[in-house]
This record gives sequence, structure tokens and C-alpha cells, in this order.
Amino acid sequence: MQDTGRLNAGEQRLRNLLLRGLAGDEPAYHAFLQELSTHLRAFLRKRLARLPDEVEDLVQESLLAIHNQRHTYDAGYPLTAWIHAIAKYKLIDLLRRRAKRDLLTDPLDEEFSLEYAAETEAADARRDLAKLLAQLPDRQRLPIVHMKLEGLSVAQTARLTGMSESAVKVGVHRGLKALAAMISGDA
Amino acid sequence: MKTVELVTLLATGAGAVQPNQAARRFAAAAGWSVLGAALLMIALLGPRHDLANAVLLPMFWVKFGFVACLAVAGLLAALRLSRPGQRLAWVPTALAAPVIAIWLLAVLVLAQADPVQRTVLFFGATWDSCPFLIALLSVPGFAAAILAMKGLAPTRLRPAGAAAGLLSGALGALVYSVHCPELGAPFIGFWYLLGMLIPTTVGALLGPRLLRW
Repeated sequence: MQDTGRLNAGEQRLRNLLLRGLAGDEPAYHAFLQELSTHLRAFLRKRLARLPDEVEDLVQESLLAIHNQRHTYDAGYPLTAWIHAIAKYKLIDLLRRRAKRDLLTDPLDEEFSLEYAAETEAADARRDLAKLLAQLPDRQRLPIVHMKLEGLSVAQTARLTGMSESAVKVGVHRGLKALAAMISGDA
Repeated sequence: MKTVELVTLLATGAGAVQPNQAARRFAAAAGWSVLGAALLMIALLGPRHDLANAVLLPMFWVKFGFVACLAVAGLLAALRLSRPGQRLAWVPTALAAPVIAIWLLAVLVLAQADPVQRTVLFFGATWDSCPFLIALLSVPGFAAAILAMKGLAPTRLRPAGAAAGLLSGALGALVYSVHCPELGAPFIGFWYLLGMLIPTTVGALLGPRLLRW
């Protein structure tokens, strides 16, 4: 009973942060993603016990997916169901990619890599998103670099790159989607 | 990139998000579906010649209501399957209800009819074209519904594709009913349903490929 109470309180706080974030409150959204990554790490670690090295990559992939699909959260439904459905979708996607790859490579590799134990804290992701970011075309990469990494406004980014403000917004949006697609495409 | 860095990257300049996007997208898709089907119907088939009289017949509205109920149920299914973590709950019941209703009516009509008339009631005059024409009219709607869904986040791709297909099929059938001369419940309960099930099946088959994200 106490446990569900605590869970509900946690869900309630996370949900409030997300709803404020969706309304444009950036610090609240940052706090939401921060708490979400801890939650996702625990959720995925439990389900990827046999592949501990994949956990942090999948946490990042799920964060990106949740951010890109944040417009699909319906405030009338429980938040955890939404988060878990996305994380599970990405988890199944990962397992399917691995299964496909393992058909081509020596499956025995897996047995040996089990020796590496998962760290208890956030391990570094093996996949470097910064490197993937560098592969995006300029019209997507520059808006992301200026707006999302350097924290410039839409107007400043537009002035700096010579793009229109709507092109900057579209570039960020499409760039993050392309990043997610690149991750799903590679193995 | 560390996860905390990714979190900062994603949160920076994230801005506000428009609410009710699923409803907006599907409303637009339904509009395009009906428009596309209507243009196809007018270009290829034309409305039935006695439309002014047909709209006075109760069976015309029974047929229209049957298809409209399936369109609404298909829309509800598509809306739920487009957003992660939403259960279908009572939506399958809403899908089954109009089908069961038209089947009951069909049984009633067939039972009361003269035995020689039964084949006519079932096959009508257009059984061999009806399902294919409904499927044809649903093509623009199929594209619109899949596009709407792609902008959201379906996680069960086969049922999601089927729901998009059913929505387009029902809207195609709705427009087709303006052309179609058939009014028998046995005909509608079988051939119309078959016509709507063609895009539904295509959606279920192509869903995993078309809707993956």
C-alpha cells in the first residue's frame, strides 16, 4: 500500500513537471528529463540484465524518442504507461536489431561479453551522439548546435545561420528525428 | 555524449508543444479522406441517379449509419493506437456493435423474404464491384491516415495499421454509399464489410513497415 502511494506521488510529480514542460516551462522540462533518465535506467536495467552494456545507450535512445514524441502524451492517461510503452518499443527494437546482427556474426561473442559487469551508476553510453550529430546536414546540425548546445534563441540562430526562423525550428525538429532514425538504423 | 548532456541538449529551447495533436491530425486526415474519396467517386462513378429519392428511404440511412459507426469506431481505435500506452478498452466492442446490428437485421430480412428472393438480397446487382470500389475510394484516405499516424507514435504497428486502414475503408464506404444502388441489409453486412476489410488487411500487413519509428 505504502509502495503504491509512493509510486503515485512520484508519478504525480513527474507528470506535473512534464505538463509544465509541455506548456513551455524549460527548467521544469529539464527536471522532468533528468528524473526520467533515472527512472528509465532502472526500468531498462531490470529488463536488460543480460546486456548491461546496452543500458545507457538505450536510456539515451528512449530519452530522444520520448522527447521527439512528447506531443503524443495525453494528460488524461497515466504517465508511466506512456513512458513504459515507448521504452519497451525501443527495447524490442534494440533486441530485434541485435538478433538480426547476431545472425551475421558469431553469436558466441555474447557469452564472453557477459563477464563485463554493469556499473551501478550511469555508465557512459558507448554510442557517441555527438558523432552522429556531426553527420547531419547543415540545415539540421547548425540549428541544433546553436540552439540546443549553445543555448541561443531561435532569432539569434536564424541571424547567425542566415536561415529563416521557421527553418531553424524545422531543422531542430527534423534533426532530432533524424538522429533517432540513425540510431534505429545502425546496430 | 553523457546522458546529462543529452538531457540538457533536449531541454534547451524545447519550447511549448501544441496540445491535442492526435485529434487535430486525424481530423485533418478524415477531411482529406472524404475529399479524396468524393473526388474519385464523382470522377469515376457519379452519384446514383435517384439520390434525391434514395435519401428518403430508411435503409439508405441504416446503411449510412452502419458505415458511419464503423468510421467513428475506427477513428477511436486509430487515436488510441497512435499514442503509446493507451489501451483499446471498450473500442473493440464499439467496432463489433454495428457489425452485429447489421447482421441481425440481415438475418431478419432473409428470414422474412421469399426463398427465391434471398440470393437477390445477398448478391444484389453489384456484388462483384462493390468491395473493390470501396477499396479504391479508400486509397487517398489510407495515405492520409498512415501519414497522420506517422506523425504520432504507434507502438503496436499491426493493429495501428489495421485501424488506419479501417478508418480509410469506412470513410471510403461512406462516400461510396452515395453512388451505390444497393439497400439490402444482407448485401451491406457482407459486401460493404468486405470492402472495408480490404484496406484494413492491407494496413495490418504494411503497418510494421510503414509505421516504424
